[in-house]
Amino acid sequence: EAEHSGASGAMAAIVASEVVAEELFFGWGELLNGISPYAWAFIGTGLAIGLSVLGAAWGIFITGSSLVGAAIKAPRIRSKNLISVIFCEAVAIYGVIVAIILQTHLEQVIKTTEVTPMMKYAGYAIFWSGMTAGLGNLSCGVCVGVCGSGCALADAQDGNLFVKILVIEIFASALGIFAIIVAIIMSTKANFE
Amino acid sequence: MASMIYYNVDGGFLEAIARGFRSGILTAADYANLQQCDTVDDMKLQLQGTDYGNFLQSEPSPISTNTIAMKCTEKLVEEFNHMKVQAVEPLATFMEYVTYGYMIDNLMLIITGALHDRDTNELMAKCHPLGLFDGLSAASIPNTAKDLYEMVLVETPIGPYFVNVLNLWRSPQVGERQPGVEDLDELNIEIIRNSLYKAYLQDFYQFCMSECGDETAEIMGGILSLEADRRAINITINAFDTELSRDDKVKLYPTIGHLHPEGTARLALATDLDGVRAALDPYADYRNVLAEQGLGEEKSVENAFYELEVALNKDAFEQQFHFGLFWAYVKLREQEIRNIVWIAECIQQDQRHQIAQYINIF
Repeated sequence: EAEHSGASGAMAAIVASEVVAEELFFGWGELLNGISPYAWAFIGTGLAIGLSVLGAAWGIFITGSSLVGAAIKAPRIRSKNLISVIFCEAVAIYGVIVAIILQTHLEQVIKTTEVTPMMKYAGYAIFWSGMTAGLGNLSCGVCVGVCGSGCALADAQDGNLFVKILVIEIFASALGIFAIIVAIIMSTKANFE
Repeated sequence: MASMIYYNVDGGFLEAIARGFRSGILTAADYANLQQCDTVDDMKLQLQGTDYGNFLQSEPSPISTNTIAMKCTEKLVEEFNHMKVQAVEPLATFMEYVTYGYMIDNLMLIITGALHDRDTNELMAKCHPLGLFDGLSAASIPNTAKDLYEMVLVETPIGPYFVNVLNLWRSPQVGERQPGVEDLDELNIEIIRNSLYKAYLQDFYQFCMSECGDETAEIMGGILSLEADRRAINITINAFDTELSRDDKVKLYPTIGHLHPEGTARLALATDLDGVRAALDPYADYRNVLAEQGLGEEKSVENAFYELEVALNKDAFEQQFHFGLFWAYVKLREQEIRNIVWIAECIQQDQRHQIAQYINIF
């Protein structure tokens, strides 16, 4: 019986140490699991608008500096080439649209503290939806900016080139639309109830 | 390639201005009109319709070709300085490098003129405005290379290049005089000129390859290689009748360029034009530079190189987001000034059969 109690005592000690070890063991899995889905969701919404505006601003400065310099020698390009700037700005508007759509999922504060699988899904969906839109619009804005810069310089040299290079810019700005379409589809099922 | 996303922060405005200036370079149609002129004063009228505008307005007629050359150069310098003062690093350093070549030319002009006892003020008036620096007029005073360095050059940007010249002479053979004490005579002046230029080209090449981004490295690499090869070939051809030893010649060849090292080794061994042609044969670009001329046309080595240079400089404008086009713009405008002066001289001296030998740019 002493053995038995000794053995069960040892078992209890092992189980106890495993429980303690579980509480002490803290890796990436625990860390990511521990972040509230609300945090994921709000970060995603912020990224959607933040990265899109970054991309739009980047594009506007790339095309704007070339446009201003080229318009000194060739003032006729001033008004037409504002279209490039407008294309860049559209990228920021896409970001605003996605951010507003994402935040409509976040309008209710849920009273329970327990994290359900549905809430986790919603948190991740909104985060990555925001990332998709943000990164897609960032690249799109930069791309439209570089094309717009080339367009301004080419137009200053030879007026016939403007419309042809504008077609390239139209294709470039389609990239932003692809990004927000996917982002909106990703976030449709996200539901914090 | 990555430079396209951040080049425009500092360089976008200036690049656009430079392209605006480039669009004003005279085209074939403008040259055709200029060729039709009867006198140099007619050329002034024709030039009014181009980007030059009324720059000759206040000159009394009859206008000499020297005046035209000077005023055209003045306009170029004005445009270049307009861009240079607005430049930020590393473009500012790049544009400084562009002026060093002219500084070296001005310095050699003053020294050579002083050797032949010309008046310093007269020489200063002939200096290229892009290459003026403090102390240039004092370059006529010293008699030895060492004094020249200590008095004039040590604080200028081309000072470091002169160190190579002194090093060049630091290894005298048995029985030779000590370097640096001899007077600046004809041969030594040529040696100084070529070693300064060699050091400048190598320094500029190093700068372009390391600090200006990939596109600039690619474009300026090609342009500076051509420059280095041209110097090597000119040194070889000009050294045929002088007492320049083979080792000294090899020391003057730049270590950049397509001809280095095999081509320059063969050039060093060449003793006449045929030897040079044989040395250049493996290089497709340079094979035709010394080709025997057919009937009628007479194309000098210089013109052949100018054509190659113009082709490379035109290509520099085909890419965006690099610094090469600032150099290319200056060189193309210089070629344009040479063309205008050539046409003016032909008209003035009534040698119309040679008038079409300028190099067309656009």
